[in-house]
Amino acid sequence: MEPKEISRRNFIRVSGLASAALCLGVYFPASAKEEVIVSKAAADARGIEMNAWLQIDTDGKVTITDHRAEMGQGSFQSVPQIVAEELEVDLKDVNVIFAQGNPKKYGSQITGGSSTIRGSYKQLLHLSATARTVLIMAAANKWAVPVSECYAESGNVIHKPSGKKFHYGELVVDASKLEAPKEIQLKKISEYKLIRKPLNRRDTPIKTNGEAIFGLDKRLPGMLYAVVERNPRMRGTLKSFDSTAALKVPGVKKVFKVQMKVYDTTRDGVVIVATSTWAAMQGRKALHVVWDDSGFEHVNTIDIVKRQEELLKTSEGISFKTQGDPDGVLKQSSNTIDVIYQTPYQAHSAMEPLNCIAHYQPDKIEVWGPIQAPDWIQGNLSDEFKIPKENVVVNMTFLGGGFGRKAFLDYPYEATLISKEIGAPVQVVWSREDDTTQGPFRPGIAYRCQGAIANGEISAIKFRVAGQNLDHWQGGKRDKPNSSTDEGFVKPYFNSIKNISFSDINFELPIPPMWWRSVYASTHGFGYESFMNEMAALAGKDQLDFRREYLKDERCQKLIDRMEEVSGWKSRKKNEGYGVAITECFNTTVGQIVKVSRHTDGKVKIDQVWAVMDCGWYVNPDIIRAQVEGSVLMALGAATIHEITFKDGLPEQRNFYNYLMPRMSDMPPVEVHIMENTADAGGVGEPGLPPFSPALTDAIYDLTGNRIRKLPFDMNKV
Amino acid sequence: MISLNVNGKQHQIDADPNMPLLWAIRDILGLTGTKYGCGAAQCGACTVHMNGEAVRSCVTKLNRAAGQQIVTIEGLSANNNHPLQLAWNELNVPQCGYCQSGQLMSAAVLLRENLNPTDQDIDDAMSGNICRCGTYQRIRAAIHKAAHIQQEAAKI
Repeated sequence: MEPKEISRRNFIRVSGLASAALCLGVYFPASAKEEVIVSKAAADARGIEMNAWLQIDTDGKVTITDHRAEMGQGSFQSVPQIVAEELEVDLKDVNVIFAQGNPKKYGSQITGGSSTIRGSYKQLLHLSATARTVLIMAAANKWAVPVSECYAESGNVIHKPSGKKFHYGELVVDASKLEAPKEIQLKKISEYKLIRKPLNRRDTPIKTNGEAIFGLDKRLPGMLYAVVERNPRMRGTLKSFDSTAALKVPGVKKVFKVQMKVYDTTRDGVVIVATSTWAAMQGRKALHVVWDDSGFEHVNTIDIVKRQEELLKTSEGISFKTQGDPDGVLKQSSNTIDVIYQTPYQAHSAMEPLNCIAHYQPDKIEVWGPIQAPDWIQGNLSDEFKIPKENVVVNMTFLGGGFGRKAFLDYPYEATLISKEIGAPVQVVWSREDDTTQGPFRPGIAYRCQGAIANGEISAIKFRVAGQNLDHWQGGKRDKPNSSTDEGFVKPYFNSIKNISFSDINFELPIPPMWWRSVYASTHGFGYESFMNEMAALAGKDQLDFRREYLKDERCQKLIDRMEEVSGWKSRKKNEGYGVAITECFNTTVGQIVKVSRHTDGKVKIDQVWAVMDCGWYVNPDIIRAQVEGSVLMALGAATIHEITFKDGLPEQRNFYNYLMPRMSDMPPVEVHIMENTADAGGVGEPGLPPFSPALTDAIYDLTGNRIRKLPFDMNKV
Repeated sequence: MISLNVNGKQHQIDADPNMPLLWAIRDILGLTGTKYGCGAAQCGACTVHMNGEAVRSCVTKLNRAAGQQIVTIEGLSANNNHPLQLAWNELNVPQCGYCQSGQLMSAAVLLRENLNPTDQDIDDAMSGNICRCGTYQRIRAAIHKAAHIQQEAAKI
């Protein structure tokens, strides 16, 4: 994804930007494979609007328009850290504003797939270096000296022989008239002063004094508040409602039906609009609703699990990938295992419940909220309300967690419907119960894993997967296997396992399914890597050596060496359990080793987690460490503490009193190591999650001899 | 009219005495640093101080808060310089940041009562505050750090 061509003419002549003299735009294709576009002409040719991604005004003030959300993953820090490095300015002098949703301007803006850095860093480096280069050229011209005698530092261009100096603000007007050279010199990694440094996050101060504005904190003049009672079976409809009592609650203004479209489904609800959140919540309590949700009462977790198990025994599924002849080898083998792994449904449970402010006007829609997918929302609102995209303004606030749930369309759409009906700006607040029970959920998935060992080597592996496909309710084809069937599986395995197959068994349910931090890898990783540990045991081999044998590429070998070294693998003691797993997703491979032991109270505790991440090129090691620490805790909760179960079509968990969360005392010590190399950047926000649960259950096996094949399990009972 | 003292400022507000303090602080006084997380005293995102004690404002009715001294995150320090805030910044504790007001308010009571808390003290005092991003390891380290900052400051 090296930029192929930089159009050099006119790249800064953007009209309508009053104070910004030097202004560069950049476009982020969803695939991140196309060129950087910094020119107005090139932008016009592609039918996209020139954006002012990087601006430097005549005072030398640098402003970047971050096209991605900040939901804790650190884009607010890592993006400017990249820019300041190549632009040669002090990090504190770079201002960051959030872009509004506009794919015509910015390309893909969805904060998902751990893509913020890996999807844009090459463009950002190039863009910033381009700006630095023309600023140096402008200075050299002014002084009438060779460019080679000048360099940039801290927002100044300096003439080395004389020590003369211009600050960037003095150069922007001249620089904007120049044509950038064809070859832009980027810095070497060894020259970095900011990138790869654990610099403090710039959003920390406002997140420690209450100043940061999250979606729920946004206020508009004349804004009303609303809550919605939605069909508890998610896909049922509204039969009738009685608002008499609700309307008597002081502050309640209006009660009416709201129906939100989600793909090929609709979600029915009754909205209570009031002068405060509390009044709306009180009105909701007084509301009487009759639902028609017949046909959905048969959804029960116990049946879902049973049906998955049956299908895994009776169905071959649709082939996703077959290498060699695993079926043939399995038939002829004597040393085999055939086991089923199971994972549960999960809610996202970001600490900030879903919410959105919408202001509908006949010719314009504006929304504000904790939003991961501003570009997608803009398109959806434009289509649904028949308002041109340019009149649909989508504003991102800080997100109080996202984990995928806030990369969706439903909540801004519903808020806009409500604003349209009442003719005023409105903030729609989801209660914790709404957030927990309404989905969409991370699906629970079951895996049948068969394998054969001959002469201590893997001779065949066969994986079958039964779980909901996230694409299906978006119109995905049923006759094709899930395109992410092997997500989480470390790709170099395919080079050394001769006979291996993956197949996907179609599994339909009326439960709305959705991506959840690390998507399918969050559950596939448990099935596939747990099974590799079982295969190692069957082969009579050390789990880490077994990985070393089958993950032969250089990066994996180094990763395994590092795991061995940091965990003291070779000096582990008999009364301690050590577990291993390695998974790959979003171009990043992470290996984890978990150590457990039985404490004096008789309970097994996690003493230490070592995580080694190979994410290639990276920006801020401290942010990466934080992401991995958090990923481990989120995985721990999903493996040992919480699950969403369904009974008679209803989610049984409603709030943190029965959808329990890990607490301070549950946090194991996590030590994170980052591999140093110059490979293309991979994701960091999600890949730390999938290896944890298989490494933990492997450690428990190592200590107790019990294989745990079903999540979640109770740590107090192992 | 209910008389409410928040961060040393006196307010007269016209609201249902059964309204939780959380919504009065956020929707009426416009202090949005205190967060709604669960509405059921389960997560601690709404933690404020009432007469110096940590309370969950989502279940504290206005009539109980009336006339008491309430402190929110906005009033924890004059300039983001409480030892905990300094430590939080130094160790880059927050990720999404949503729960951190509540974490800080809970930790502030701990640190006032216990000048040198152990890991067990921290577990006990902080177990009512959920962080979904998983910043617990850093919160623990930052509380130890803040205790140190506080002790150093006391020597001067």
